[in-house]
Amino acid sequence: MYRIRIHGRGGQGIKMASRILGTALFRSGFTVQDAPKYGAERRGAPIFSTVRAARATGPGQAINERGIIHRPDLVVVADDTLLAVPAAGTLLGIDSGSVVLVNSHEKAATWRERLNLDATLLILPAGEEVEDRAELPHVGATCAGAAACLLGVIEPEALAAAIAEELAGLGEPVVEKNRTRALAAFTAMMDQRGVVREGTAIAAEGFTPPSWIELPFEDASISAPDIRAAANSVQVRTGLWRTLRPVIDYDHCGKCWWVCSTFCPDSAILVENGLPVIDYDHCKGCMVCVGVCPPHAIAGIPEYLAQAQDALETETGESNGPDTADR
Amino acid sequence: MDQTLLTGNVAAAWGARLAAVDYIPAFPITPQTEIIETLGAWVDTGEMPGRMVTLESEHSMLTAAGAAAATGVRVFSATSSQGLLHAMEMLYTVSGWRAPFVLVNVSRGLSAPITLEADHNDILAARDSGFLQIHCADCQEVLDGVLLAYRLAEDPGVRLPVLVNLDGFYLSFTREPVSLPDPAAVARFLPPFDPGNIRFAASAPESQAVAVLGGSPYSYFRYETHLAAQNALAVYDRVAGEFESLFGRQRQAVEAYRTGDADIVFYMMGSFATKAREAVDRLREAGQKVGLLRPRLLRPFPTDAIAAALDGVQGVAVIDQNLSMGQGGVLHTELAASLYGRPGAPAILTSFIGGLGGREITPEEFYQMVAVTREAVTAGKAPPPRLLYTEAELREIRKLQAVAQVEREETTPLRWSEDSNQGGAGHE
Repeated sequence: MYRIRIHGRGGQGIKMASRILGTALFRSGFTVQDAPKYGAERRGAPIFSTVRAARATGPGQAINERGIIHRPDLVVVADDTLLAVPAAGTLLGIDSGSVVLVNSHEKAATWRERLNLDATLLILPAGEEVEDRAELPHVGATCAGAAACLLGVIEPEALAAAIAEELAGLGEPVVEKNRTRALAAFTAMMDQRGVVREGTAIAAEGFTPPSWIELPFEDASISAPDIRAAANSVQVRTGLWRTLRPVIDYDHCGKCWWVCSTFCPDSAILVENGLPVIDYDHCKGCMVCVGVCPPHAIAGIPEYLAQAQDALETETGESNGPDTADR
Repeated sequence: MDQTLLTGNVAAAWGARLAAVDYIPAFPITPQTEIIETLGAWVDTGEMPGRMVTLESEHSMLTAAGAAAATGVRVFSATSSQGLLHAMEMLYTVSGWRAPFVLVNVSRGLSAPITLEADHNDILAARDSGFLQIHCADCQEVLDGVLLAYRLAEDPGVRLPVLVNLDGFYLSFTREPVSLPDPAAVARFLPPFDPGNIRFAASAPESQAVAVLGGSPYSYFRYETHLAAQNALAVYDRVAGEFESLFGRQRQAVEAYRTGDADIVFYMMGSFATKAREAVDRLREAGQKVGLLRPRLLRPFPTDAIAAALDGVQGVAVIDQNLSMGQGGVLHTELAASLYGRPGAPAILTSFIGGLGGREITPEEFYQMVAVTREAVTAGKAPPPRLLYTEAELREIRKLQAVAQVEREETTPLRWSEDSNQGGAGHE
C-alpha cells in the first residue's frame, strides 16, 4: 500500500491535491482512501491531507487503516515554512525509506542537512515564470502532478482526467490552468519516476510497545483548560504564514492611518505618530491593506524576495529593515 | 460493481436522496455541514425532489423534523456534537411522539475543551432518548445505514426515530469507494412511506403527544416505547436479510470479524473498528487467534448476538471511544451487564479508553491491548481500566502548560517509574 501525506496551508489546495491524487490512483485501478485534516480551519493555518492506495483485490475492499499516516512512503510539503512549525507535523515518521518532496527555493541538500534527514529529499521544480512559489491557486495541483510522477503508477492521462473530474465545478479555464501546471510538474519529475516504494504494515510480531503511562491526578487549578498567560497569542508568529509581504511606500503614504489599520483583519498595522507601521511578526499577508490603501502606496511582494532583500541589507549594514523585527 | 469515491458525508446525503425524502429541516455544524450542503445543491438543481428548510437552531430543527414526521411524510435531518445536545430535549420528545424519521449524527467530541474531531460521547448522550442507533464503520455503511434506518423507523411494529452515526473526519471527510445502489432496487427495498394512521393535518385536527398526570399512564407510554425498541431487534434482522439479498452486503446487527476460533476479541464501535480489523489481520499473521466484535446496532442492544459471538472467548479487550466521568467506558459497562451470569461468557473484560477527541489508536497499541488481555486471562484478573496515553503526549501537554503559564509545583516535569513505562505492565 502507498501511504502519502501532503502538507500545506489553508488556501493552497492541499485537500484538492489529495483528491486529485486519490482519483488518479482510483482511475489507475487502486483502492483508495483520501482525507483532509483541517486543524484550525483558517486560511494560512497548517493543514495536511492523506492518501492511501492499495492494489485492488476486488470491489468492496475498502482500506482498513485510517487516520494519520505514521510511516509515510511519500511526504509532500507545499510550503517550506511549515518545516519549522511543530504543530504541522511535517516530519512525523520520516525514515530512510520515505521520499520527501519540498516546494522550496533552497536546495535539497540544504534541507537534508538542516533537518538531519536520511530520507530521499527532492525539491519541487517550478517554472521560471513562477515568482511566488506558494502562489495560491495552483500549488496543490502542482504537488499532485509531481507526486503522481514519483509514484510511477499513474499515467499522465489519468492525472489529467482526475483534475478534470475534481475541478469540473470550477469551469474549464480553471481546469486547464491546473492541468497545465500539474502535467508540467509531472514531466519535470520524470528522472525520479517511480522513486516512491510501497510500504508495509507494522507487523504484530516484534513490535515496539507503546510507552503508555498512568495519567497522574492533578488539581483543577492545574488541569482545567485555562490559559494563565495574559495575551500570549502575540507569541505565535503568524507572520510565518505569509507568502506575500505588504510594503508601505512612505513617499506615497497619505497618512490616512485609520483606513489600513482598521481594515487589517489581524490588527497587524500599528499607528506610530500618525504613521501606519506593519507588524511583520503577525501580518499573514492577506493583502487587504494593499487593496484598501487610498493612495495605492502599499505594494505586495513575494515573501522570499523580501527576505532575500532583508538578508542583503543586513550584510551590507544598510538595513532600515522590517520595521517590527525586534518587537 | 461500479464504485465511486465519496466522503461519509456525501454517502449520508446519497442515502437521503435514494430514500426519496420529502422534507429536510437543516442547521449547519462542523463536521456535518457537507451533508446539508450536498442535499441543498441537489434540491436547488431539482436533481432531488423534496423540500429543505433551514431552521434557527438544532432544537427547532428537531421539532420541525418530529412535527413533519407526525404528518406522515418521510423526513431526514443531520447534526453533530453540540448540535445534538442542543436538541436533546426534543430528541426525547419526538421519540415519545412515536414520530419515525432518520437523523444522522456526525460524531465529534463535546465541549469543554471544545474540539472538532470524533468521539462517541455526543451520540451516547442520546442513548436513552428513545431513538434507535445504527453505528457505521465505513462510508458504504453510512449510505446503507440510512436506508436500513428508514425501514426500521417506519416499521409498524417499531415506529421510532433512528440515529445513524458516523465519525467526524475519519468518515465525514474521508473518501472511500462506495457503490451507489440502483434507485429502482432501493425503491423495492424502501417503498414510499406508508404512514398508516399517522396523519396530523390542519384539515383534520387531532391531538398528539398529550400530557398525562400521574405515573401510571406515563409508565404505560414509556414502557411501550421500550417494547417497540426491543421489537426493532427482530425487525432489524429481517430488514438486514432483505438488504443482503438485494444488494449483496451483510449488515447484521453485530459485525463478527474472525471471531470463530478466537480466544481474544476486540470489542468497539465506529470507524476505528476498521483499524482493529487491520490489527486482527496482522495478529493472525503472527499466529494469534484474535477477532473483532462490533455492534452496528447499539439501540436496541443485540445482547443475544453478542453473547453468542463471545461464547468460548477467553478475554475481550473493550475499547471505549467515550468516557462516563466517574465510571469509565460505556461499552465496557454495558457489555459486562449483558454478559453477567451467562454460562460460557468470557471471564476477562479489559477496559481501554482510547480515541477521545479523535486521538489516534496505533497498530502497536492494538497489539499491546491483546498482550495485556492475554496476561489478564493467565492471571485470572483484569487490570484497572487504562487510558491510551503515552509519555510523549504528556510531554506535549507539559509544553502547552508552560506556554499557558499554568503554575505547576512539580519541578521535574516528567517523573514516573521505569516499569510504568512498559505499557501493559504499568499496574503493579
